[in-house]
Amino acid sequence: MQEAMIKRAKELLADGTVNRVMGWKRGEFSYDITPAVFETAEELDAEFVCDDLTQANVSKYLIKESRKEGKILALLKPCDTYSFNQLVKEHRIIRENVYVIGIPGGPKIDIEKIKAKEISGILSVKNEDYTLKIETIYGTETMPYYEAISGKCENCKSKKHVVFDELIGEDGDVLESNRFEMVEKLENMTAQERYDFWRDQLSKCIRCNACRNVCPACTCENCVFDNPKSGIDNKAAADSFEENMFHIIRAFHVAGRCTDCGECSRVCPQNIPLHLLNRKFIKDINSLYGEYQAGADTTSRAPLNDYSTDDCEPSIVHERGVE
Amino acid sequence: MLKISAAKLNDLFDAISAKQTLYIPVDREPNAAEFKKYESGMKLSASLNTIRSAKDFFFPQTENLADFKMNGKNIEVKDIREESEDFVIFGVRACDARSFGILDKVFLSEPVDSFYKNRRDHGTVVTMACTRPSETCFCTTFGIDPTVPEGDCAVFFDGENYFFLDRTEKGTKFVESISDMLEEGDASKLAEVQENARNIMKKLPLANLSTDSFGGDKLNELFDSDKWADLSEACIGCGTCTFVCPTCQCYDIRDFNTGREIKRFRCWDSCMYSDFTKMAHGNPRTSQLERFRQRFMHKLVYFPANNDGEFGCVGCGRCLSKCPISMNIVKVMKALEVK
Amino acid sequence: MQVNENFEPVIVAFCCNWCSYAGADLSGTNRLNYPSNVKIIRVPCSCRVNPMFILRAFQKGADGVILCGCHPGDCHYTSGNYFTRRRITLLYSMLDFLGIERNRTRLEWVSAAEGAKFAAVMNQFVEDVKKLGPNRRLEDLRCRKQ
Repeated sequence: MQEAMIKRAKELLADGTVNRVMGWKRGEFSYDITPAVFETAEELDAEFVCDDLTQANVSKYLIKESRKEGKILALLKPCDTYSFNQLVKEHRIIRENVYVIGIPGGPKIDIEKIKAKEISGILSVKNEDYTLKIETIYGTETMPYYEAISGKCENCKSKKHVVFDELIGEDGDVLESNRFEMVEKLENMTAQERYDFWRDQLSKCIRCNACRNVCPACTCENCVFDNPKSGIDNKAAADSFEENMFHIIRAFHVAGRCTDCGECSRVCPQNIPLHLLNRKFIKDINSLYGEYQAGADTTSRAPLNDYSTDDCEPSIVHERGVE
Repeated sequence: MLKISAAKLNDLFDAISAKQTLYIPVDREPNAAEFKKYESGMKLSASLNTIRSAKDFFFPQTENLADFKMNGKNIEVKDIREESEDFVIFGVRACDARSFGILDKVFLSEPVDSFYKNRRDHGTVVTMACTRPSETCFCTTFGIDPTVPEGDCAVFFDGENYFFLDRTEKGTKFVESISDMLEEGDASKLAEVQENARNIMKKLPLANLSTDSFGGDKLNELFDSDKWADLSEACIGCGTCTFVCPTCQCYDIRDFNTGREIKRFRCWDSCMYSDFTKMAHGNPRTSQLERFRQRFMHKLVYFPANNDGEFGCVGCGRCLSKCPISMNIVKVMKALEVK
Repeated sequence: MQVNENFEPVIVAFCCNWCSYAGADLSGTNRLNYPSNVKIIRVPCSCRVNPMFILRAFQKGADGVILCGCHPGDCHYTSGNYFTRRRITLLYSMLDFLGIERNRTRLEWVSAAEGAKFAAVMNQFVEDVKKLGPNRRLEDLRCRKQ
C-alpha cells in the first residue's frame, strides 16, 4: 500500500496537481515516525512511510499548509477525514488547496503496547500474517498483532472516508462499535469511585499540553490556558483543582467538535485515558440531543451551537444513575 | 563488597523507611514506572527507567517560594522555607544521576538556589547500574558509564544479590546505617554482568552518536543552519520533551491570589511554549522554529559554552520514546552533524 | 456522613440581570427570607456564564453554585438561555462523571415576578449543600479558609 501511495503522490507532483505532499517520515527505529511535508519524488522515495505503526493524524497541520502557495496532497485515514472535515466546516482548512487521497485505516500498532509486554530494545517490528515479529537487541520476539493494537483503534467507529478526492484501497462503512463501554462502566460506579478513579488518573498529569496541542479540534490562536488575560492561565497545576480544571475545560472546549480520533490519549506521556472525557460528552450529546458525529458533514449545526425548545433540563443529571 | 540477597531487598527497604523517607521506582502499569514513597510491600520496578525523571526530588514541578499578606498599606512577606527532611532515592539510573550534576551547575552556582540546595543537602541518591539498556539509550555519547553509575551510593545487581558501593561521604553514611542488614559477599560474578552490559551498549543503534559537531564554539554555524526549518516543521509545541527531561531546568515564577494572601510559586516552564520568557515587549521567540532551536541549542551549544564543555543532555532517551511526533535530540544531532 | 451542624456553606448564585436578579430583588422587597450564605453575581444573561466561572467559584471557596436565568422562551436576548441549558447540562454531567457531588450544582429558572420562588429555591439549595458539607472534591487547597 505504501508503494501505491508513493507512486500516486509522485504522479500528482509530476503533473502539477499538487506541489507538496503531507505524509510521514521514517525515523531511527521502525516506530519513531514523524509527520512531514515532502516536496520532491526523491524525498518520497527516501523517507516516506505509511505502515502499521503510522498513527499520527495529520489533519491539524493542514490548517497552516492549506494557506501556503499551491495545493498540497494529504493522505488521510478514515478517522483523519473526520478531523479534516470538521476543520473544513469551521473554516480552518481551505478545502480548495488540499487534494485528499483516502487511504486505508488501522488497526494500527502501538509500540507502547509492545513495550508493555516487557519487550525492550526494539529495533524493528514486522507484521507477518498478523503475527508481529519483533527484532530486539536481546533477540527476536513474537506477539499476536491484535495484542498490540493502538488504543485509538481498539474501538474503531468508522472505516468510511467522509471526504476525499480519490481513494487508494476501498472505502468502508461506519461501524457499530462499543466505544462507550468504559464510559458506561464509570457511570455505573458510585460518585466516590468515580472521583477516586479520576483523581488517580489526573494526578499523573504533568501539564505538557500534548493532548491539547495535538488535538485537531483545539485550534485557537491563543489558548485560554496560555493567555495571561484569562486569569486562569497556568503552566503547571499547582493544586489538584487546577489539574481537574484543565482537563474539564480542555474536553469542554471541544465538546460537539471532537471527532473521537483518540490522539489525546495516544500522545499522553502518562497514559491518562483522556479520550474518556471527550467520549462522555459525545455520549451525552448523542443521548440528550440526538446522534451527532462531528466531522461527518460540513453543513449541520454543532450541538452546542444549537438548541431545541424542548431540550431536557440540567436536573436530568441529578435524576439518573448512581449517586 | 557488601551485599544483600534479592529475597531480602524489601526487608532492607522496610529498615531504611523506618528511619527516613524512601522513594523507589514502582510499576504503575506495565512499562510505566514512577518514583513512589515506599510503603511496606511495594515492589521495585524492573523497568529500565521511570517516565518522569528523578529531578522532581530536587526541583519539583511546582513549589511555593513565599507568601505575601496585605495589611492596609503594609505588605507582610512570609518566608515559608523550612529545613527539608532527610530522604533516600533508591534506584536512580546513571543518566539521571549525571543530570543532578548538570542541575547543580545551574542551581548551586551563585546565587545559590536555597530551595534546591536544601533538598540536595538532605537527599541521598542511591543509583542502580544498568544491565539491560534500551534501544533509546545513548548515555555513553556523553561519557556516562551506566554499569558504574555516579551518585552517593551505587548498587549493582548480579541476578541474585545487590552489591553496595559507597561513592561519597553521604553514601558511606547510608551504607553504615544499613550495615547490619548487609553481609560481605563474593562479587566475582559482577564483572561478567558489567562486561555483558558494556558489550550491549556498544551494539546499541545509537552507540555511534557523536558530540564532535557540537559545543560552545559552534554557535554561529549551528544557529544559522538551514536544517532547523525541516526539523521543527512537525513540532506541535507541547512540553513533553522538556517535562520528561532530567536536565531541563527552566521555570517560571508566578503569583496566585488565594483571596486572603498571595502565594508566590515557581513551576516548570518549557521553551517550547508560546509564552516562554514573555516580557513587557512580548515574546523574544515568536515562531516554533525559534523555540525548537532554542531547546537544542541550549543543550548542545549554550550550556557547554558556559559549563566547561559539559553538554545539557544525558542520553536517557525519554524524549525519544515520549515525543508525540517522534522528533528528538538524536534526530537533531544526526541532521546537524558535520560528517 | 457526619453532618457538622455549624457548617455554613458559601453559595455563589449567578443571576441573569433581566429575570432572576429582579426576582431576588422582589423577594427582598417582599421581605421574604433567604439565607445570607448566598452571594449573588449579576450577569447580563445566564448564557454569559462560562463553565470556567462555575469552576472558579468552587476554586475560590464556594461549596455550591447555582445558576438562575429567565424561563426558557422568556430570554431577554431571545435564545440565550436555551444555549445555557445545553451547555450547563453537559458541564454538570461532566462534573458528576468526575465524581463531584451532583447536589453542589443547580440550575433554576426564576422570573422577575417569582420572588417567592427565588427565596424557596435558595433555601432549598443551601439546605442541600449543608447536607453535603464543605466542598472538598473540587476545591483549591490554597484557598481553603484557615
